[in-house]
Amino acid sequence: MTTGNSITLWGVLVAAGIGTFLIRSSFIIVPERWGTPPWLERYLRHVPSAVLAALVAPAFFVVAGHPALAPANPRFWAGLAAAVVAWRTGSALGTMAVGMGALWALQWGFG
Amino acid sequence: MEPQRHLGTSPRRAAFGAGLAAVGPILVGVVPFGLVAGIAPVKAGFTALQTVAMSSIVFAGAAQLAMADLVGKGAPAWVVVITALVVNLRMMMYSASLAPHFRSLGARWKVLLSYLLTDQAFAVSIVHFNGARVTPHKHWYYLGGAVGLWGTWQGATVVGVMLGAGVPAGWHLDFAVPLMFLALLAKALKDRVTIPAAVAGGAVAVAAVGLPHHLGLIAGALVGVALGGGLDRLGTPFREPDPKEATPPPGKVPK
Repeated sequence: MTTGNSITLWGVLVAAGIGTFLIRSSFIIVPERWGTPPWLERYLRHVPSAVLAALVAPAFFVVAGHPALAPANPRFWAGLAAAVVAWRTGSALGTMAVGMGALWALQWGFG
Repeated sequence: MEPQRHLGTSPRRAAFGAGLAAVGPILVGVVPFGLVAGIAPVKAGFTALQTVAMSSIVFAGAAQLAMADLVGKGAPAWVVVITALVVNLRMMMYSASLAPHFRSLGARWKVLLSYLLTDQAFAVSIVHFNGARVTPHKHWYYLGGAVGLWGTWQGATVVGVMLGAGVPAGWHLDFAVPLMFLALLAKALKDRVTIPAAVAGGAVAVAAVGLPHHLGLIAGALVGVALGGGLDRLGTPFREPDPKEATPPPGKVPK
């Protein structure tokens, strides 16, 4: 798909939008009598954690396209500090402030 | 029911205001996220109009950024759409968790509340709904948080499009995005049951980061969910006792 082909991109946006709305409304709109099969619930409850972790982990453990557990990665340390704050305080604001502050301090100190 | 302290403030408006106040601190982190949602797609070849429209048509930041990334790399249209839907699949759980609270509402409310569903609207609402002093006007509380998020998102996207390449790369604005999701992940892991799923999902996503089309993200999500659900079936130290799944008497077929 070329970005020059605007119609295709609009089609992608609309398709993603409709599909996402269907996901969002899936349980809210379904009539009460249908219910959720227990096996589906068993897997569904893990979706937010699995997806959020899959979204987040590469930001802290990947450098230049490769997994990097080495301590030389400032984003790893900034993420660690932010994770401690997130776990202890549950404050989104605190997590972001500490994470960004740590990253800036590390980048300017060693960059 | 508490006596109204402010004459003239309807309970619905008060609930709306409470929801808006609850999401307020999170909105500070949503702003850089929205800026990136305005900057990245344009860099990847979207028009300004498409970029702004995406924030209301799709209205899902993580998916929007993944889509922008894929389009920039020339991925096929169907890959972009499927990836967006996989990234947004977590909203199905949010929908399932919120549905009981909106059961008595009319169809138009349900459509509106569904459209506005995001990580942030879910997070502030579900905490309040499960709390001790929940308002009788739950949907107004949710609406307050959700509208606050929606408005901030649209505004930040527009500003991001206008700023464009003007934002210095040294600010590392993009780092605010995983930080915000990290805060939400910590909330999701509070009950500890889903920790294995998160560890597996994160590990696989990192290991598979070299795969094209964000397949590492999809692989991580699938492995995490499979592991989490599988462990629940076997019974793990993380699992809370579930009365619905007590051993059935002999002769009864288990589900």
